[in-house]
Amino acid sequence: MRLTVAGAPHLPPISTVSGVMRQVLYALLPGVLGHVWFFGPGILIQIALAVGFALSFETLMLKARGKPLQPFIGDYSAVVTGVLFALCIPPLAPWWISLVGMLFAIVIAKQLYGGLGYNLFNPAMVGFAAVIVAFPLELSQWLAPRSLSPGLPGLAETLQAILSGALPAGSNWDAISQATPLDALKIGVAENRLVSEIRSSPIFGDFGGQGWEWIANLYAVGGLWLLYRRVISWHVPAAILVTVIAVSTPMWLLGPDTNPSAPQHIFSGALVLAAFFIATDPVSGCSTMKGRLLFGIGVAILTLAIRRFGGYPDGVAFAVLLMNMAAPLIDRLTRPRTYGH
Amino acid sequence: MLEVGHRLFRFPGGLKLEHHKRESLVEPLLRLPLPEHLYLPLVQHQGPAGQLLVTPGQTVLKGQPLSRARSDREVPIHAPSSGRVVGQRRWPVSWPPGSEADCIVLETDAEEHWIERHPRPDWAAIEPTELIEMLRAGGLAGLGGAMFPTAAKLRGDWEAPGIHTLILNGSECEPWISCDESLMRGRPEAVIEGGLILARALGADEIVIGIEDLMGGVGRTLERAAAEVGGARQVRVVRVARIYPEGGERQLIQVLTGAEVPHDGLPQDLGLACLNVATAATARDIIVEGKPLIERIVTVTGPAITRPRNVIAPLGASLSELIAFAGGLKGPVERLVLGGPMSGLPLTSDRIPVIKGSNCVLALGPDDTRRSQPEMPCINCGECVRVCPASLLPQQLFLAARTEDHDETAALHLFDCIECGCCAQVCPSHIPLVDWYRHEKGLLRERGIEDGRANRARARFEAREHRLAAREDQRRRKREAREQRLIQQAAAKSEVQAALERVRARTDGPEDEQGDRTP
Repeated sequence: MRLTVAGAPHLPPISTVSGVMRQVLYALLPGVLGHVWFFGPGILIQIALAVGFALSFETLMLKARGKPLQPFIGDYSAVVTGVLFALCIPPLAPWWISLVGMLFAIVIAKQLYGGLGYNLFNPAMVGFAAVIVAFPLELSQWLAPRSLSPGLPGLAETLQAILSGALPAGSNWDAISQATPLDALKIGVAENRLVSEIRSSPIFGDFGGQGWEWIANLYAVGGLWLLYRRVISWHVPAAILVTVIAVSTPMWLLGPDTNPSAPQHIFSGALVLAAFFIATDPVSGCSTMKGRLLFGIGVAILTLAIRRFGGYPDGVAFAVLLMNMAAPLIDRLTRPRTYGH
Repeated sequence: MLEVGHRLFRFPGGLKLEHHKRESLVEPLLRLPLPEHLYLPLVQHQGPAGQLLVTPGQTVLKGQPLSRARSDREVPIHAPSSGRVVGQRRWPVSWPPGSEADCIVLETDAEEHWIERHPRPDWAAIEPTELIEMLRAGGLAGLGGAMFPTAAKLRGDWEAPGIHTLILNGSECEPWISCDESLMRGRPEAVIEGGLILARALGADEIVIGIEDLMGGVGRTLERAAAEVGGARQVRVVRVARIYPEGGERQLIQVLTGAEVPHDGLPQDLGLACLNVATAATARDIIVEGKPLIERIVTVTGPAITRPRNVIAPLGASLSELIAFAGGLKGPVERLVLGGPMSGLPLTSDRIPVIKGSNCVLALGPDDTRRSQPEMPCINCGECVRVCPASLLPQQLFLAARTEDHDETAALHLFDCIECGCCAQVCPSHIPLVDWYRHEKGLLRERGIEDGRANRARARFEAREHRLAAREDQRRRKREAREQRLIQQAAAKSEVQAALERVRARTDGPEDEQGDRTP
């Protein structure tokens, strides 16, 4: 009898890293489909590009570091990074945006820090922060949602636009692009216009932005499924959403002319995506349950502050990166009381 | 006084596991046919071996002590059968995995000649200290698996408060194991009477038997037995939810009382003692039947066992004989485990003998256990934090242990880890966390960093030694003073004596002299 001698526990494991990552990808599917519906097939091409670059950089770096390829390419973590990055950039952004983004995300933020599990910062957000700082123009060219657009570009046109920068004949950026609701709010408030007045623009929907609000709902559906599957814990999303409501509601009540309401905040920009998919990244987040609550509260407050006072329309990426820095300290300060102590 | 089991509490973390108890409870509880040879490790408890009493070639009777305890830390072993001592041999044992230990090899003679027994069904009239002596002489050690010398537990810490409640642990929380359930179903009155005996030894008023809520009729069986034995007033059966590891001593106490055993303390600090139901039943056999601990119920189970069952096995029987009695193995076996799948010991051989703490032999096929998989880096997912019943931070402990940051592992309370295996079980990166903690605990001990309990035990020990020395010193001084006094008195007396003698000599002398001189 040849017996394997290994320490307890002896039961088969109940989850794998690749399984966790795959479930995150499944959970993003509804949001991605919503994105395609409202903004056309651009997002699919951006996902393909970002994932392609992510896996290429991951492979190169693993080889350079002398690490085995199979377990680390097969863990799907680079795929998740690519998809999350792609979901944050405009659907017609030029192809090299993904290249630069993934260079920062995979090579610098992830592999140079030691690869999976060792990165201090959320790789997708590092990539996004890099490109939004470096290429603000390309990152602001969003399409108008389907309901407001004379006609979304088709797959071939989108591909051409992304790869060559050439827009379909007879159209130009001014015709097809549109400020995002958050941009419109930021600019409008800066011009001393009332929020109610700004919101009367057709780009706004029932809660947030036209189209955006539905994509946010679809992200939430995926996020709730992850909660149900226990892939993520409730702490971070709950802390983010509750804090946004708790902070923005009094401000909105006190100054409805200059402060958007809580639903407006939640259903525009990347807040729901961040609450369920980005701020819940375990590696760069907190691991104590109390710490996760604080992490979420911090992300929410910083996001609102950047949206209100900062130079960028949305602040989720920077808020997450700032809280990534605080995570180790928060973990240390929120150690649970051990049994019997 | 702490209320026990009137209201139930929840401990943090834990896992709901598939329990797989039914498999081994289908077949009736039978006695293993006596093997020709028994291999009896000299140490079958936590502590040093007792003093050996037999020599090679000697014939022994069933129940005859083979070793003798010189202190509460030692536990004697007895001959499970009559026969001949072949000698001592190095033989594979379960702990540490892959090691060998000194075993007495006994050739059984199938005659079942008992040594003279002293049954004491009148135990209610025996003094607690004498009961403890009898249990010690009967070789009792914790049968739940930890094999702590029961006499030491019963004697307790004389500095801590008295014990008001005895908790009998019948909540067998590990999957697959069913020996305690089998015992409670088959011999409920032995469990109850044993509990009453242990409570008397401890001076406890109340007995709470903690069983799992999924054990079906076991609770009623025990309650009926309590009424029959006459312990219904003292005994209460409490059904606790099956969430692994609720049968851990500290977790069970938390579930039953809501209180936590201090990290550097013992259940006794809460007025509690916690013993396994099988230990209670054996205590009863030792006292009431005069039958020392020479056999126990072992569960032989697992997906690779043909007919899983519980079996009464003599100590020293090799596991291969138990497996054969359960119909043998079916299909390939990847791992053989002594104990349960969550915290059991991996076995290197099926020749390993049954000892006092052997509750279960678990045979797992290739698909029932973890194959060697590449270990991934920790992704800080926090699942381990969620399931840790001691509220530790397993992933931070792991990172600190891996970087040999001993101060950090101590600061993260490594010694409060009960090695239940929950963290490693849920880890998506398949990091053998418990192995890391065991290794690090060893390194800390080497560096003289002890856990709180050991620290406090040492402090107590030193205080006790100091006090005993002081008392001895005082006694010595008193004795010296008394001796001095006696000597002085004696001296005084001897002076008086001498004077008297002189006087007598003077008065008697002349007569003698006269007499002597009488012609």
